[in-house]
Amino acid sequence: MSSGSSGSSGSSDFRGSGGSRSSGAFRYSRRKVVAGAAALAAVVALSACGAKTDEAGGSSDKAAKADTSGGTVRVGLLNSLSGTMAISEVTVRDSLKLAIDEINASGGVLDKQIRPISEDGASDWPTFAEKASKLIKEDRVAATFGCWTSASRKAVKPVFEKNKSLLFYPVQYEGLEESPYIFYTGATTNQQIVPALDYLKSQGRKRIYLVGSDYVFPRTANKIIKAYAKANGMKVLGEDYAPLGSTEFSTISNKVKASRADAVFNTLNGDSNVAFFKEYKSAGLTAKSMPVVSVSIAEEEVKSIGSQYLAGQLTAWNYYQTTEGDANERFVKAYKDKYGQDKPTSDPMEAAYTSVYLWKAMVEKAGSFDPEKVRAASDGITFEAPEGRVTVDGASQHIHKTARIGRIGTDGLIEQVWDSGEAIKPDPYLKGYPWASGLS
Amino acid sequence: MTVILGQTFTGVSIGAVLLLIALGLSLTFGQMNVINMAHGEFIMAGAYTTYVLQKSVSDAGLSLLVALPVAFLVAGALGALLEWLLIRRLYLRPLDTLLVTWGVSLMLQQLARDVFGAPNVQTRAPELLTGHITVVGGADPLTFANSRLFILTLAVAAVVALSLTLRLTPLGRRIRGVVQNRDLAEVSGISTERVDRTAFFIGSGLAGVAGVALTLVGPIGPTMGTNIIIDAFLVIVVGGIGRLRGTVIVAFVLGIMQSVLEYSTTVSVAKVLVLVAIVAFLQWRPQGLYTLRTRSLV
Repeated sequence: MSSGSSGSSGSSDFRGSGGSRSSGAFRYSRRKVVAGAAALAAVVALSACGAKTDEAGGSSDKAAKADTSGGTVRVGLLNSLSGTMAISEVTVRDSLKLAIDEINASGGVLDKQIRPISEDGASDWPTFAEKASKLIKEDRVAATFGCWTSASRKAVKPVFEKNKSLLFYPVQYEGLEESPYIFYTGATTNQQIVPALDYLKSQGRKRIYLVGSDYVFPRTANKIIKAYAKANGMKVLGEDYAPLGSTEFSTISNKVKASRADAVFNTLNGDSNVAFFKEYKSAGLTAKSMPVVSVSIAEEEVKSIGSQYLAGQLTAWNYYQTTEGDANERFVKAYKDKYGQDKPTSDPMEAAYTSVYLWKAMVEKAGSFDPEKVRAASDGITFEAPEGRVTVDGASQHIHKTARIGRIGTDGLIEQVWDSGEAIKPDPYLKGYPWASGLS
Repeated sequence: MTVILGQTFTGVSIGAVLLLIALGLSLTFGQMNVINMAHGEFIMAGAYTTYVLQKSVSDAGLSLLVALPVAFLVAGALGALLEWLLIRRLYLRPLDTLLVTWGVSLMLQQLARDVFGAPNVQTRAPELLTGHITVVGGADPLTFANSRLFILTLAVAAVVALSLTLRLTPLGRRIRGVVQNRDLAEVSGISTERVDRTAFFIGSGLAGVAGVALTLVGPIGPTMGTNIIIDAFLVIVVGGIGRLRGTVIVAFVLGIMQSVLEYSTTVSVAKVLVLVAIVAFLQWRPQGLYTLRTRSLV
């Protein structure tokens, strides 16, 4: 999560193909072939790493006012509907639409029907910024829901701040961020990673190995994990990063095996997980001897990796499809009725669904769609979400969430094995944890 | 000691994967000089064939065995079709071929997305291949993964089959003849068009076989081809275009280099070092490890 998943998007144009066309010669020079291969590698590399986060605030300094005249109110849905992140983000968009339909069916917000305007971020961070600007200025939406990767969130943050418009961000992320115009409805680190470490410690698994993809989220997460380990008598035996999209894990699994750790903390993303877990099983490592705790594998990902390889492994989230409660039963049923019985529900989808209801509650409390008034009204708003009761913390604009550790079953669903008992107060900068004082 | 042996085995198994994905390319690119960017998608076709077969044949082991020849035929047919539709019109224009086949690869990816959906799909591996054998027991055991042994065997078998075909059969003789001197082959009564198509069929078919093998170790999805195509080209270019021997040696050397460097450094650093080594090597021998000497004038 929280940053681009796998592979190249293949969206960039073909640049630097190098040189003239070899004229009529059947055998062309080797050098040209090599140059071609190098150009090719460059193209793939280019398209894999997004360009600079270009702030697309535009020219007008005046904040665009949301248009709430008439019987409808427009909101923006900003998700990647194409490109490498589409797999995950389409499910979030579907979930947002479900919430909007439900709210409209029960009378709308402040007697106005919600009209969603969906834009495609195309897994490309500058595009996210552009589309955010379009939603705010042209469509004049009252609020926007979406973004998945940290890179896309960082790209749109200045746009929302400059235009004083609200974004609801539904995915767990690496923390260490607050913005007056973003509400974070996914977990921050002290609601996911820290509880997962607490759980490992309580199980007596104190020697851990860190495996992650090579980008901001895993590196930040592992920094936090190492600080925690130092203060809690745990030992980090090794730390390995694989490039995003990497699918060769035999050496890493050899290293993990040789370390004889008690557990592995996995922050890999996308396709890499498939290769990692296949190799892990081949090396004879099991969930019993050395469990893997993953923070980026939800129900949807389990389906594509295969429960054959994942059964028994652990995950850390705030919600599972199997989470008990009436609210969740209704949510799962409504989702499956709308989108298909074989579609699982997952944590980011639930957080997205919840975010729409939270916005509605804030607007109704404020009696206005004005972002400043909505923000002022946000503190203490609660909602009986599928994951249980959530409360908005007005100061950080994050929400109180219950942490849950789950075990992946052979049926592909995740069964809860532990929870934090109560909703944890969000602490994006980990100020309440003395061991984390050196971070940020 | 077990670490060294273990890493050597890992290197050999990485090499076997490289060899399998590059083998078909060594025929189409190496022998025929066609830069086929859609080669990765033929590998993908092989992987999806395994997935589809597993839906009708429930036994994982049996479906994997059936998938090998079926994937060869499916990918081979795709390759022959591509050759007939596009590539044969572009034989003298290598850079155009590159762009055209790149376009084809994008279309095939989208096709896979439309048919099978954007998320990865999963296949079940036979239980036997998810395990490992213990070579040296004890506290620090040396184990070889069965899936890797299977891929190694498959790679060796494919190389032997291909080289025997090239060396001993009439078809192989014709292919070699065309590669060495196309004009002379043609005046000797060889239908170069038919040879081209057959060679393309075999090369693409081998990609399909590689796809079946990859289902055991990696993800199966629309973009799996793009992730491996660069590695495949690297092996061919370093090995020397047109030489099977070079492909084999380079695949294993790169595999072992990668695994040893990765163990002592990190994945990214190892990748960089391997690429630096390749660049340095090509400065020294721009034509690759082995060169094909021909009597043709061009």
